[in-house]
Amino acid sequence: MANAFWCVVEDDRKGAPKKVMAEVIGEAARLSGGEVEAVWLTDKATDEGVKQLGEWGARKVWLLENAAFAPYRAEVWAPAIAELAKAQSPRAILAPVTSRQRELMARLAARLDVGLAADCMGLAMEGDRLIATRPVYAGKLLAKMAWAKTPWLATLRPNVFKPADAVPGRAAAVERPTASLPAAALKLVERREEVSTGLPELTEAEIVLSGGRGMKGPENYVILEELGGVIGAAVGASRAAVDAGWRPHRFQIGQTGRTISPKLYMGFGVSGAIQHLAGMRTSKVIVAINKDPEAPIFKIADYGIVADLFEVVPALTQEFKRLLEK
Amino acid sequence: MKILVLVKQVPDTATQVKIGANPKAIDTAGITWIVSPYDEFAVEEALRIKEKRGQADVVAVTLGPDRAKEALRSCLAMGCDRAIHLNDPAWAEADTLATAKALAAVVKQESPELVLTGRQAIDDDMGAVPAQVAELLGWPCAYWIMEEAVDGDGKTARTGRQVEGGLEIFDVPLPAVLSAQKGLNEPRYPTLKGIMGAKKKEIKDVKAGDLGLGAETPQLSVVALEALPPRPPGRIIQGDVPTAVKELVRSLREDAKAI
Repeated sequence: MANAFWCVVEDDRKGAPKKVMAEVIGEAARLSGGEVEAVWLTDKATDEGVKQLGEWGARKVWLLENAAFAPYRAEVWAPAIAELAKAQSPRAILAPVTSRQRELMARLAARLDVGLAADCMGLAMEGDRLIATRPVYAGKLLAKMAWAKTPWLATLRPNVFKPADAVPGRAAAVERPTASLPAAALKLVERREEVSTGLPELTEAEIVLSGGRGMKGPENYVILEELGGVIGAAVGASRAAVDAGWRPHRFQIGQTGRTISPKLYMGFGVSGAIQHLAGMRTSKVIVAINKDPEAPIFKIADYGIVADLFEVVPALTQEFKRLLEK
Repeated sequence: MKILVLVKQVPDTATQVKIGANPKAIDTAGITWIVSPYDEFAVEEALRIKEKRGQADVVAVTLGPDRAKEALRSCLAMGCDRAIHLNDPAWAEADTLATAKALAAVVKQESPELVLTGRQAIDDDMGAVPAQVAELLGWPCAYWIMEEAVDGDGKTARTGRQVEGGLEIFDVPLPAVLSAQKGLNEPRYPTLKGIMGAKKKEIKDVKAGDLGLGAETPQLSVVALEALPPRPPGRIIQGDVPTAVKELVRSLREDAKAI
């Protein structure tokens, strides 16, 4: 339908849409007055997955199910969605910010010759145009942006948009369009899984603990991981800690690492260099623990404790354990 | 083997960015400009490929105003052989897609075996140009690569792409676009000899007309830049560690409802 807002499904590669899709669908419903359709490219969908999309508010699921869609390769995915978009003329196409959607949506925008607003933190209808608010300069400023024509393409930052409530029994119509699939150019050799820390992924986590130079060495991150295990938090690091080789780059928060907006950010021994603040200052609540009362991070913190993190972290772990055991 | 490296000149990461008199742009007064850090990984990787193969023509390409020449000089000082500067008022308002179209046109003209670039420029943080250049050329692309090895006959690159929860290793047929993630390598500093030598290397100026392009209507435009909303004043929790920690946890649960 020409008024529909499409949501490109990010799934867990096991047939279930990721939780972040509730945020994308919720926002699409708010902007379109409920004209939400999901587009799901997968090698194997599940009935539960389709049901979940319907309960979140998708009226229709365009299900493109084909073995060629796994592993994800943009040169196969982008033409398939572009073909469907040309036939159906949706008003907008939204997706969550993930490593593959970043590439896929960019290719789709080039294919459809339209604009893409990546990593949006706000979307609003102004009359009959959509305005995107997105961080630039790693969040040092916000840019309001507008499209020259539809479909409006945007990727949405996780944890920022209000998720749709699942309404049991609400169901989506399923359409299975045929798509012409180009041959894949990339050949998968192997997938190397990271050793799981058992903690949430940094960009998806609702709570993030970050260790800076004050951690003194790689061996000490275990105390943050213990605390993270108790409260379900991801553990990140500052650039200083990553550049010192204490943590792999995928844990870096800041301008040349991950930009995050969790509900709660807690910095331990993080001084708050401008490029780190850029990567986390949109967090809802910020806590800073640092021995140095002059550390710049205290200027943007909601709560601070001027103390040695090696005393504070174990005390925090104990206190949360005590409360959660109640 | 010919390698094009696409770079962008951006404000240094330590810059306190301010909105300019025109609210759609930043105040550029006093800014120190650098090559976007992710693009430096791309330059470094191109130079390593050249060193490993014994020979290659490594060409740095940028689209930007006059000052962007400095970024190209930095790439030449690192070791790139020559540079191309897309510099035309027609591109003054270029958005991501218009930039990608210009870069794709220059790639077509140069027909390299490999295009390397950073995963995103750290000014507009859009991160779309690598994929869009690939799409416009009909080339494959490997995103956010952490490792790369071009095979001996220059037909395939084995790349490690960073995804949530792991690394996907793909064989990518060339020509292709590869976008560099931090962790790919450690960029070198230019040597004094490199800096002196850079002055003699060619920087070719290219206008939109040279590529058969005109001014493009931007598909996405800035309506206005805004400062971030100020954060409410914070509170330093006093007292000894056990007392302060108890109070912090209470505040987070009861006042902020953050946990």
